[in-house]
Amino acid sequence: MAELTYRQAVNAALAQEMARDDRVVLLGEDVASGGVFKTTGGLRDRFGEDRVWDTPISEQAIAGAAMGAAMNGLRPVAEIMFSDFYATCWDQVANEIAKVRYMTGGQVGMPLVLRGTNGSGGLGFGSQHGQSVENWAMCVPGLKIVSPASPAEAFGLLAAAIRDDDPVLVFEHKALYARKEEVPDGEHVLPLGQARIVRAGADITLVGLSITVATCLAAADELDRQGISAEVIDLRTLVPLDAAAVLGSVARTGRLVVAEENPGQLGWGASVAAIAAQEAFDSLAGPVTRVSGGNVPLPVAASLEAEVDVTAARVVAAALAVVGHDRHPQVSQHTGIRSQARLTVN
Amino acid sequence: MDVQDGLDLYTRMCFLRQFEERADLLYRRGLIHGPVHLGLGHEAIAVGAAAVLRPGDCSLGTYRGHAHALARGAPPDAVLAELLGRAGGICHGKGGSMHITSVPHGYYGSYAIVGAHLPVACGLAWAAKIRRTGQVTVCFFGDGATNIGAFHEAVNLAAVWRLPVVFVCENNWYMEYTPIGDVIPVALPAADRAAAYGLERIVVDGNDVAAVRDVVGAAVTAARDGRGPSLVEAQTYRLKGHSAADAAAYRPAEEVATWRERDPLLLSRTALVNAGTAETVLDEIDARTRSDLAELARQVLEWPVPEPAGAWTDMWSDGSSQWRN
Repeated sequence: MAELTYRQAVNAALAQEMARDDRVVLLGEDVASGGVFKTTGGLRDRFGEDRVWDTPISEQAIAGAAMGAAMNGLRPVAEIMFSDFYATCWDQVANEIAKVRYMTGGQVGMPLVLRGTNGSGGLGFGSQHGQSVENWAMCVPGLKIVSPASPAEAFGLLAAAIRDDDPVLVFEHKALYARKEEVPDGEHVLPLGQARIVRAGADITLVGLSITVATCLAAADELDRQGISAEVIDLRTLVPLDAAAVLGSVARTGRLVVAEENPGQLGWGASVAAIAAQEAFDSLAGPVTRVSGGNVPLPVAASLEAEVDVTAARVVAAALAVVGHDRHPQVSQHTGIRSQARLTVN
Repeated sequence: MDVQDGLDLYTRMCFLRQFEERADLLYRRGLIHGPVHLGLGHEAIAVGAAAVLRPGDCSLGTYRGHAHALARGAPPDAVLAELLGRAGGICHGKGGSMHITSVPHGYYGSYAIVGAHLPVACGLAWAAKIRRTGQVTVCFFGDGATNIGAFHEAVNLAAVWRLPVVFVCENNWYMEYTPIGDVIPVALPAADRAAAYGLERIVVDGNDVAAVRDVVGAAVTAARDGRGPSLVEAQTYRLKGHSAADAAAYRPAEEVATWRERDPLLLSRTALVNAGTAETVLDEIDARTRSDLAELARQVLEWPVPEPAGAWTDMWSDGSSQWRN
């Protein structure tokens, strides 16, 4: 076991896959010199100029070139430095990459990865560098969506994304790059579409993705102090979505809070909540509840940013409110802070 | 001129002309579901460029792409079946007229978002460069595409990376309904932008099939020899509207009449007759092609429509469209 930061894990996954398969090539802005977030350092020296390509600031050209290369025998990994920049190449991503296999009746494959930083995490990047945009991608059939919560996941899920024969968007979280964790030695690959129960619990299910997994774990600690046993699920991927893991957990706990960093207006939590409401209805003892990023552009001043970011306190409040709706008196006594509960519909 | 060579090019252009006229007829009969953009008048570009490509080379076109697919060898029955929404359509009914694709013939697709495929062409060429396959990519697009960002990002990237790609602008002087001259600050949409990317200014008569073959051929050779990309402006004219639903009343009658005299098939025919070919030989090619296509349409119209379950296949590489368990 080696201890790696999330950033080092991304680099290690790229190196593992580039060593394994010489069709894997990197392109993006500043990737040859390691990139703004230092995720691609050393790869050009190790693998050579033909494998790591610096591009102009041209996201349409980056995404389009990745697509063309994927149709002609390569397995490109393109860096979109900040996920906010997907807006500048959304035609390539949503109209071309996502659809070309289907539109051509399966004549071409699209084995490519688009990866980069996503999310707020309270770092003050603001409305054009700090958004969580995984929900944009989830509106487009034909894209797989990965968002790792830990170094081990950053490693294993990126490796799996590179090996996948379909287009995968990997949303790395900029506030997690410095997190450290033991990562297994040797080849490391995690399957796409398998959620992970990070913490077992009996009373309520908390579902997170990427940075909100840690938020849910912190909330679970607080809930535990209040006598409520929370189960925490790390979705890992939005597409494929491991709905069965969520439904299985809700069948045991009867309660569900979904914590998503993207804005609540059609955030990914809406899909998860709708599935639970429809398919786990008979198990539910309280309302399915979402805690989301604010439905405003992301402000910068720390006090404003904290107001709209997803926090453990908000998840705790939501969970207590759900429990407060419960018909079981022995649980509903734990609603001391219900009056402060800020539900997500704002 | 080499008469046999000229006859061969004429025959190919004649096929594309008749195919599009047949498509127009079928559209007017209500037999084509969705829009159709005809390449009538652009035949010399498709045929001239395809004549210099090798089987492994890549080409891409726009929603006005039937001719480019057929010119690379896409099976006409499967292309027509795609237009007519029949099982056996070349994209299984999921692309339609605007997305005709025939990868086995090197035609990597027709793209309906203006300019979107220029970056994709860069990627095909980039892979060829990295893999040292010797493939050249030729990307066809309209004059209107020279005003969209993807054009500039792609030509810049191709020039910076010295990619084996040839960009061929089919300048038919109209971006949909608006004259291109009204929306560019230079005289020529592609040629006058070339210098910005360090590329040579190349203009060719897009209605002269032999000239297209020569000029695109030189650019393809340069790309194959590692001398980087080219931007070719081939000047032509639509004989009909932007789409089959457009009567093109915005174009002055005198302008249309002038260009009709420069119809690529007429130019080719005149050159052949001047070289000693009997008119009857050419009339025979026209008549045989017309009857062949009438028969093809009759047959394809008898093909069944796709099974509805086909809507749920081929989104993912495993053939499925399942996004959750």
